[in-house]
Amino acid sequence: MPSHSFTLNGKPVTVEAPADMPLLWVLRDLLHVTGPKYGCGVGVCRACTSHLDGEEIQPCVVKVEDCQDRKVTTIEGLADGDTLHPVQQAWMDCDVSQCGFCQPGQIMAAAALLKRTSHPTDADIDRIENVCRCGTYARIREAINKAASEITP
Amino acid sequence: MDGFETPTAGSRPSEEAADAAPRTALSRRRFMVYSLAASTLTIAAPLGCDTSTAQGATPSAAPAASDVLVTGTDEEMLVLEVTAANKVVVRLPRLEVGQGITTAVAMMIAEELDARIADVDIPLADARTRGNQYTGGSNSVSSLYGPARALAATARARLVTAAARRWRVPAWSLRTRDTMVIGPGGRTATFGSLSASAATIRRTSVSSKPKPAAKHKVIGRPTTRIDARAIVTGEAKYAGDVTVAGVKPTVVARPPTIRGKVVSVDDRAARALPGVRAVVRIPGGVAVVADSFHHAFEARDALKIKWAPGPLAGLSDAAVRSRLKAAVPRLGTPPSGSTQVQGEFEFAFVSHAPMEVLTAVADVRAHKAEFWFSTQTPMEARDAVASAVGLPASAVRVHVLRGGGSFGRRLNYDAAIEAALISKAAGRPVKLMWSRNDDIRHGRMRPASHHRIRASHKDGRVVAFTHSMASVSESSEGKGVVNQAAFRGRLSAGPAPSDSGLYNFGRISGDWGGIELAIPLGAWRSVDSGTMRTAEEIVVDEVAASLGQDAVEFRRTTLRNKAVKAVLDKVAAAGQWGRSLPAGHAQGVAVHEEYGSCVACLAEIDATDPKNPRVTKVVMAADVGRAVNPRGLEAQLMGTAIDGISTVLQAGLHLDRGAVREGSFADFHWARQRHAPLHFEAHVMPAKGDPGGAGELGVPAASGAVANAYARATGTKPRRFPLNF
Repeated sequence: MPSHSFTLNGKPVTVEAPADMPLLWVLRDLLHVTGPKYGCGVGVCRACTSHLDGEEIQPCVVKVEDCQDRKVTTIEGLADGDTLHPVQQAWMDCDVSQCGFCQPGQIMAAAALLKRTSHPTDADIDRIENVCRCGTYARIREAINKAASEITP
Repeated sequence: MDGFETPTAGSRPSEEAADAAPRTALSRRRFMVYSLAASTLTIAAPLGCDTSTAQGATPSAAPAASDVLVTGTDEEMLVLEVTAANKVVVRLPRLEVGQGITTAVAMMIAEELDARIADVDIPLADARTRGNQYTGGSNSVSSLYGPARALAATARARLVTAAARRWRVPAWSLRTRDTMVIGPGGRTATFGSLSASAATIRRTSVSSKPKPAAKHKVIGRPTTRIDARAIVTGEAKYAGDVTVAGVKPTVVARPPTIRGKVVSVDDRAARALPGVRAVVRIPGGVAVVADSFHHAFEARDALKIKWAPGPLAGLSDAAVRSRLKAAVPRLGTPPSGSTQVQGEFEFAFVSHAPMEVLTAVADVRAHKAEFWFSTQTPMEARDAVASAVGLPASAVRVHVLRGGGSFGRRLNYDAAIEAALISKAAGRPVKLMWSRNDDIRHGRMRPASHHRIRASHKDGRVVAFTHSMASVSESSEGKGVVNQAAFRGRLSAGPAPSDSGLYNFGRISGDWGGIELAIPLGAWRSVDSGTMRTAEEIVVDEVAASLGQDAVEFRRTTLRNKAVKAVLDKVAAAGQWGRSLPAGHAQGVAVHEEYGSCVACLAEIDATDPKNPRVTKVVMAADVGRAVNPRGLEAQLMGTAIDGISTVLQAGLHLDRGAVREGSFADFHWARQRHAPLHFEAHVMPAKGDPGGAGELGVPAASGAVANAYARATGTKPRRFPLNF
């Protein structure tokens, strides 16, 4: 079985897996990194949203071979030690979460958005496709705006 | 035709409601508290007698005194332990699925103990053998409010008494704060350091009564979820994240039609694939146990299965709709000389689609079994999995895990039963996960329904209001809707949903019919109210228009209950009812009363493109008697606003030749951020009693307000939901 090496949340990892194995199952089943959640397996619900070289991906539709020598960041790697990322902190301050299952993906999508655009407009935020079945969207919007103003006052 | 049986007469909602216990009975009850024999302070309060009695459990004999030593089972109790490490632990016999019950209970405990909320742990209790462990009917806060506070107040009195003895000072001179007792001169002792001596105390030197509400510092204060940090760091664990030695990922190949059957399986190619551990036939299909979910899905797709069509093969929406319409009981004759406002309303099937698909870990051995999954009904679930694998219930442990959403879905435990059968056959622990396709195509759904409503008015007043409906019920296995009807009747303290007792509408009548189909159904947040009351609120708007009256003013003059008028007035003022808006935009309002609570919603919609409307603003107001956590209540209302937007405008399931056409969130159009209101606000009315229910409360008001806004914006009469389908 081929071996794949990449950086996961700042640490080098090597894993034996079929080349076409989705990153999501490599993370969850082989590396036991369970922050990225399965919600559809086809890149639609986006509960697994993580970062590849700092950009948003859906690991359920990214093959492990495409991560070779690249940097994978999951929700577990977003904070700086005990210091939460401003998006995570804003999520807590606005008490966004309900069931919480989609929130790792929502947070990673928001963090990626704020990297692209320091002060996103309502239209930018509207383009986030991540599903929240509990309906926390209003607080997600509020938290993104709060995080934006804290990252770039 | 296969799958149909004769229409059935349902029971009248008003009769079901007669069983409901009035909420005032709860507030008058005295809560007994017991000591349990332990080396740390461990006390217990009997739990939720009202609901356990209602569910047929035998209530425990009333104790003679409040301070008796109980050495037996804590199965029917809410148990509080103060650990030596200064943690207050209460194992909760309820399920957390995002509704915030663990935070609300932590607040009740922190309030009465004067503990820091960070020192309070609320793990979920394993399945019990007796008592009330049911989560549903928006009943959790109201059933726990008395026992949880009594428990913590008693614990506080013991801890204070223990400190007084240790320091040889009068107990009255001591205060409590931040999980400590504070004595003269500022000396302190943590609760943890006092726990062992408090465990021996039988008579307390200070009152063990809960505080009067006026002294509350925690209850009523907007509080962040206790699991907020675990969630945002990815540490929160759901069933799929559980690790058990030797557990293997498992998926099931399911039939193309609902409840189709396996005729034959050729699993040679699948078994030859790497990482495949077992292939097992179960009633729902063919399961593959493998080293990862990737391997399991690959092997599932390599199975060659011949399927027999399910009992609904050949049946599509059009036939269901016409059967439902035919099953609606006739409306009687209207009062002579009255003018009629009437409508027929249709609601499609809707998936629960919680973000976390059904997942269950099962480890079935020869003489015992252990399970990990998220369930609203752990006691029933344990009996069912035990019976599925031929073990006595006493040999089965069920660990209850937090759920990634539920909306009623986790009242049923379909995946746990399958996991039990697979684990037994494969001879190893399995982690069964339904795919999203499985969830939407073979999962449970809110029943489709048809409503015929007529309001009769004369001389400017409504003199009669009648609502007949028919909904689909599940003809096999006795689950789903059967449960839902039973739970509603037993647990809802509010008015029956169809009687429109909200309004002074003269003679109120209603009737209920139905058709039975072999289709998986289940109680969906707000149950029948989500359809019935939504349709009624649309008719209320149409009556107001027919009388030439404003929709808010008409409701204000016809509502019976002052509390409902107050929430309506609140949203009308805060949402600037009647403000001028561009063409294609409009406002809508609706109200609802249930679970001992009431709610109003004002929605603004931009329907310039009627096929692509956007609800731009939602203002809600709720009176729940007493909001334990106003921030949590606001979150629940926010969620119901999205339920209303989704189910009224865009999200439903098509039944297409015996199969559900939708298969994921790509075509089950649950609202995304771009459909959510840009502005949402919720107003919590001042507390004035004990808490009512809140989790499901907002659905009918939000749905009605969205439908009424759409009607006003487009000049149409909304009749079939979802409107864009």
